[in-house]
Amino acid sequence: MESIILQILTGLDKGSAYALIALGLTLIFGTLGVVNFAHGALFMIGAFCAVTLHRLLQFSHVVIDETQTDFLGNPRKIEVPYIYDWLGEPLGRAVIDWSVPLAILFAVPVMILIGVIMERGLIKHFYKRSHADQILVTFGLAIVLQEIIKAFYGANPIPMGAPSAFVGSFDFGVLVGFDVNSVIYPYWRLVYFGFSMVIIAAVFAFLQFTTFGMVVRAGMADRETVGLLGINIDKRFTIVFGIAAAVAGLAGVMYTPILSPNYNMGMDFLVLSFVVVVVGGMGSLPGAVLAGFLLGILQSFASMSVVVETIPGINQVVIYLVAMIILLVRPRGLMGRKGVMED
Amino acid sequence: MLGLTRKDTILFLIVIAMVICAPVLLNPFPSNSALAQFNAGYPDLMQRFLIFGIFAIGFNILFGLTGYLSFGHAAFLGAGSYAGVWMFKLLSMNVLPAILVSILVAGVFSVLIGFVSLRRSGIYFSILTLAFAQMSYALAYSVLTPITNGETGLQLSLNDPRILDGVAAADGSLPVANFFGVEMRDSLDVALGGWSFTFNAGYYLCAVFMILAFYIAIRIFRSPFGMMLRAVKSNQQRMSYTGLNPRPYTLAAFVISGMFAGLAGGLMVAMDPLAGAERMQWTRSGEVVLMTILGGMGTLIGPVLGAGLIKYLENILSKINDNVLHQWFSFMPDGLENVIVTLIHPFVGKGWHLTLGLMFMAVVIFLPGGLVQGGQKIAALLRRKKADPNTVKQPAE
Amino acid sequence: MSKSNFTRRGLMKTGAATGAGLAMPTIFTGAVWSAAHSGFTNAPQGDTVTFGFNVPQTGAYADEGLDELRAFELAVEHLNGQGDGGMLQTFSEKNLDGTGLLGKRVTFVSGDTQTNSDAARASARSMIEKDGAIMISGGSSSGVAIAVQGLCQDAGVIFMAGLTHSNDTTGKDRRANGFRHFFNTEMSGRALAPILEANYGKDRKAYHLTADYTWGWSQEKSMRTYTEALGWETVNTVLTPVGAGDFSSYITPVAQSGADVLVLNHYGGDMVNSLTQAVQFGLRSLQANGKDFTIVVPLYSELMARGAGANIKGIFGSQNWDWKIENVLGDRYTGTNAFVQSFGTKYGFPPSQAAQTCYAQAILYADAVTRAGSFNPCAVAEALEGFEFNGLGNGPTLYRAEDHQCFKDVVVVKGKENPENEFDLVEIVDITPRDTATYPVDHPDFQGGSLGTCNPGA
Repeated sequence: MESIILQILTGLDKGSAYALIALGLTLIFGTLGVVNFAHGALFMIGAFCAVTLHRLLQFSHVVIDETQTDFLGNPRKIEVPYIYDWLGEPLGRAVIDWSVPLAILFAVPVMILIGVIMERGLIKHFYKRSHADQILVTFGLAIVLQEIIKAFYGANPIPMGAPSAFVGSFDFGVLVGFDVNSVIYPYWRLVYFGFSMVIIAAVFAFLQFTTFGMVVRAGMADRETVGLLGINIDKRFTIVFGIAAAVAGLAGVMYTPILSPNYNMGMDFLVLSFVVVVVGGMGSLPGAVLAGFLLGILQSFASMSVVVETIPGINQVVIYLVAMIILLVRPRGLMGRKGVMED
Repeated sequence: MLGLTRKDTILFLIVIAMVICAPVLLNPFPSNSALAQFNAGYPDLMQRFLIFGIFAIGFNILFGLTGYLSFGHAAFLGAGSYAGVWMFKLLSMNVLPAILVSILVAGVFSVLIGFVSLRRSGIYFSILTLAFAQMSYALAYSVLTPITNGETGLQLSLNDPRILDGVAAADGSLPVANFFGVEMRDSLDVALGGWSFTFNAGYYLCAVFMILAFYIAIRIFRSPFGMMLRAVKSNQQRMSYTGLNPRPYTLAAFVISGMFAGLAGGLMVAMDPLAGAERMQWTRSGEVVLMTILGGMGTLIGPVLGAGLIKYLENILSKINDNVLHQWFSFMPDGLENVIVTLIHPFVGKGWHLTLGLMFMAVVIFLPGGLVQGGQKIAALLRRKKADPNTVKQPAE
Repeated sequence: MSKSNFTRRGLMKTGAATGAGLAMPTIFTGAVWSAAHSGFTNAPQGDTVTFGFNVPQTGAYADEGLDELRAFELAVEHLNGQGDGGMLQTFSEKNLDGTGLLGKRVTFVSGDTQTNSDAARASARSMIEKDGAIMISGGSSSGVAIAVQGLCQDAGVIFMAGLTHSNDTTGKDRRANGFRHFFNTEMSGRALAPILEANYGKDRKAYHLTADYTWGWSQEKSMRTYTEALGWETVNTVLTPVGAGDFSSYITPVAQSGADVLVLNHYGGDMVNSLTQAVQFGLRSLQANGKDFTIVVPLYSELMARGAGANIKGIFGSQNWDWKIENVLGDRYTGTNAFVQSFGTKYGFPPSQAAQTCYAQAILYADAVTRAGSFNPCAVAEALEGFEFNGLGNGPTLYRAEDHQCFKDVVVVKGKENPENEFDLVEIVDITPRDTATYPVDHPDFQGGSLGTCNPGA
């Protein structure tokens, strides 16, 4: 029982990440009709926004300490972050400690800007092109973005800590009456789950309750008619792309304490989130979220040693296997509409 | 000739001539000049050009004609490779049985995957093929290690039975893949002034298969069967209304392209007897998609050009390091030399992926019809005629 | 600026060609790369000799690959008499005098393995076929090393393996033309067991998470063998997919399993992530069976330690070498400081163990060539077999003739509690002496293959 609860919890976390990426992906697909292979790269750039802010905050000047030596025997250089000078050391330390949550503020404008530039500069010209062309050009863009990040940050994973207030874990089991130490769960993962729920709710609320969202939803349903009504769809779609980029970026920022970011993390998530989108049904937002959580939890269950011992290798293929079964049973995924992306 | 139209015959003859002369054409620079870095006329790379050319030609029969975008073709490449190495291990070092069995195994495998995947179309089909290929990869990498030798890849070993070859060579070295005695790595080196050219036996074996594959592709493109496949692409619904079931046609195309991939896999191990699980990974499948689109999807020659370009960049650019750059620009004043080396540095050596990415984007943005369209534009310019807008949509095949 | 040579074939052929524009076909029955008159592949022509450095420059191990490449460049400089000579000054053999090799200047070509057997073999083949490389070195994973080693055997060049830790490289898949300086999982197991016993006692229950591929299995097996010999009990072993990213679903069952030690048989990004997540799930603050729960990472690397950050503190593991070893343990490990000095001066940071093993391999190859007086791979192999040396940073070392594996002391380290600087991440706990680390040639984990005979190519 405890282990099942634990696997549901870990699955929810994985699912949150899948759902957030898939949400943006399907939003872009549903509104703009573009298959965006660079979406994983946006997730990765979000993560590196956190790294960048962390580095910026630690931007230092060098004080030479004659009493100590470095590894070559020269006087040791000690780096003092400027922020200590400005805010004093205790506050400066606290700000650096909180750099991951603070990076949200940093990432939102950056990601929206990147999204808007991408849409205006590149994607816009591909609305009328084939999906294969869209895939190729965005895939090319993803490689370029990755390589730029690699040139600056190297290929190794970079450790990013959660704020010290959220480091560690708490005993979830005791709350619900299990034994001590039976269900231990890290604080930050709960934060991540909560955060993603807030983001998902915000996106849905925005689309559901604002006029802007109404037009976007109308555009998703029937783009031409909305265009004929004299509504400037293009401008709104640019903003939608920016929002999708920001959602992927935020998913990346908050994921850094869970998974040390490296330049290739986007590609790892890209394929999985595509599977998620398709299983959910192309162009269906609730479908993407549902499929994200479903596949995340299934993946966790398949990793349990009881399951793996019964069916060797199942943990490696479960997502694909489930995707296949769902697609064969439900031709358009869980919540897909007829006629979308079938030709 | 051979049942081809005059235009196709010319194209076919050009391809044959290019393939035969490639060892000369690809080594345009004298081997002791600084530009020799750009020579591609060494056996390994030339073999790869042809092998991936075959892979892309086969992929194009499915994707270019029917529009079905498979993200799982690497699985057939890998299955063919494993089958080939197993033939080397069990039966004989002769490449012919290995290649035939590779084609066969990939064919059977593609019947299975195709039968299931083709029940869906569009992106759903793509994801199904992707799922199959990723599953094959994951299993080959771990659980199926007894068959695939996992991460290390399946290799020959001294204690393999090799029923037809009898006992392994007495000197304790591994046997070499051969075609009835002609070793795949046998070569004829010809020196001509400052130039040197290598004519390799394995390369010409690949050449024979590649020319054969190209011929089959032309015949398929021009056949009524090819017309049916195009009909699937242009309007499947209308096709079914006329009482034709598209499924057998698409399945046939899928299996044919799977067998081409198997042939490519078999040739890969015939040239270099090792089969690794990475050959099945989705990035490999993605690579063949890129080759096809880059070259010009739906055209006959495009996939071959795309395959050549990507393999050329991968093998040549990644080997240019700072030392080489400094050597090229050593005639310049030191300051200028360093500036230029710094400017080029991010795009070569460890940064070759960046160049690749930029090139994909440039080709897709400016040449939607791929390299073939680029060639046509240049040809049109040379003829001082304004390019007919229709050629963009239907590049000559 | 040192100049590379891409002209081998040109020089060779210019000599062979008679008359302007006259074709001179020469038919070789052997490999394409063989030179008929020399008796072996890629016999150096003219005044240079070319090494091929095949390292991962893209993909997950790119940083390690680039560190290897730096070490190779340094080695080539030193062989050619540039720079301060590095470990050549401390090396027990004094044949290398900075005048290149047998009177030829050393040049090199580099390539990208992409940590992928196919790409690595393509890159190595192009070095051999196109650039005329006389030896290939490098690599940052066992699969690639084994694949390239097999290729070099067939082609008839020497392969000096870089970072490869799987037993198979010098076990089941050993080859007569391949040599490994780096240690392996068997040695890690032998080295770690006594230290683990001293720190954690004989009564422990271990839970293994193992990367699901050859190296992971091999590492798990060695760790199990030697910890179980201590009296430890193995509670469970779970295979994890390579590149899983999020290991939480494998880590959560550990707390309830009754185990009190978690052994992470992971490397690279997998190790960084699984360790970080294990710490996040509170495993290190747990009490189990009345003991503090602990984690062990059998194979350590500085670059991974940097990735894991503070989570690595106090965690035991093994290394082939560490840049502080001479300062900590004295001049048995001479060469270390000389190497750190020249590497640090050139690049501004201390070398990783990957860099050290690659540097040592290049020097060892060069030395063997001088001692053999020939570039013929069989002569070089003979010079390396059973070679006993010192002064390359690892203390007295033997290249065992029977399996082409180096035997030397193994460094046991743990994550440092209070790092003094960003390079000072691990602390040397102890040394397991060479005799303890040495295993017999007929060890069952290393059976199933044979060296075969040396292949000179032509």
